[in-house]
Amino acid sequence: MADFIIDDIVDITDVVCPTTFVKAKVALEELDDGQILSVKMNDGEPVQNVPRSIKEEGHQILKLIDNEDGTYNLIVKKVGD
Amino acid sequence: MAFTNEQLERYSRHIILKEVGAKGQKKLLNAKVLIIGAGGLGSPVALYLAAAGVGTIGIADADDVDLSNLQRQVIHTTKDVGTPKVESAKKTMEEINPDVKVITYHTFVTSENILDLIKDYDFIIDGTDNFPAKFLINDACVMAKKPFSHAGIIRFQGQLMTYVPGKGPCYRCVFRNPPPKDAVPTCKQAGVIGAMGGVIGSLQAMEAIKYILGQGNLLTGYLLTYNALKMEFRKVKLPSNTDNCPICGKHPTITKLIDYEQAECDGVHL
Repeated sequence: MADFIIDDIVDITDVVCPTTFVKAKVALEELDDGQILSVKMNDGEPVQNVPRSIKEEGHQILKLIDNEDGTYNLIVKKVGD
Repeated sequence: MAFTNEQLERYSRHIILKEVGAKGQKKLLNAKVLIIGAGGLGSPVALYLAAAGVGTIGIADADDVDLSNLQRQVIHTTKDVGTPKVESAKKTMEEINPDVKVITYHTFVTSENILDLIKDYDFIIDGTDNFPAKFLINDACVMAKKPFSHAGIIRFQGQLMTYVPGKGPCYRCVFRNPPPKDAVPTCKQAGVIGAMGGVIGSLQAMEAIKYILGQGNLLTGYLLTYNALKMEFRKVKLPSNTDNCPICGKHPTITKLIDYEQAECDGVHL
């Protein structure tokens, strides 16, 4: 049961801090207000820091899904233009 | 245009800023800035704009690199002595950032060529060292409705102001005519502390970047002066009424560009 529809996905497992957040931020800038982005990230530092940085930008974190392979999908709703 | 991972990393410190972001970085990559003079002022401007990823940078200068330039013209190196400044500058800028397209103009800027030079650019940097060039750049930018950053440096002092069409006074509103020939010494005669170009040129680069991003307040309507020995900056408010200016006023009396005569010993870029 999906309680959201994903508009775009971005994979930030191929970059390291601070490019992780930058890549997610750039993907969010491409979306419209209210659209949903799924951000695939590695366990550890990214999962510690990227959700917090995205929240600080004013976006809404909907869910963090554990893929059980050392990666997570962070579901973010874009707030504002 | 999507960013590559390498670009995301290169510009990460910009993109993280809320005033820049991906949109602002794209504006920088799509922007075109012309730097007139590859000397003491032009060097830091060219270095910072190239590093910032300003996508197209024009650079105009007729001179070759001279050993006496290297004390302040930090884009050139000892092995560049004797080569055209525009070529030396282009090489350094491309080494810093391969995203940047550098267009060189190995020529003096005159009333004959300036309108053609500036026409494709979004913002102009006056990095020249002499009054005839400064008045020419002002008049051409007013006529062509191009924003530009004026600056001048001598000894331990520097100044700058920004002109944006319709947003305040031009250089000629403030300084009506060039001073009499030889009334003001050039930096060749008077000397200039090398880091002055770095301070004032970096501020010019900052003005260009803010203009491109559309962020913050520009130095329009103000003249910023810097005295290094007193360690004092002064932001001097300029008269806002430009009606009587002979070039940007209501009834301009200057309708064509003027090549003022240069002082005998001029010709070396600050």
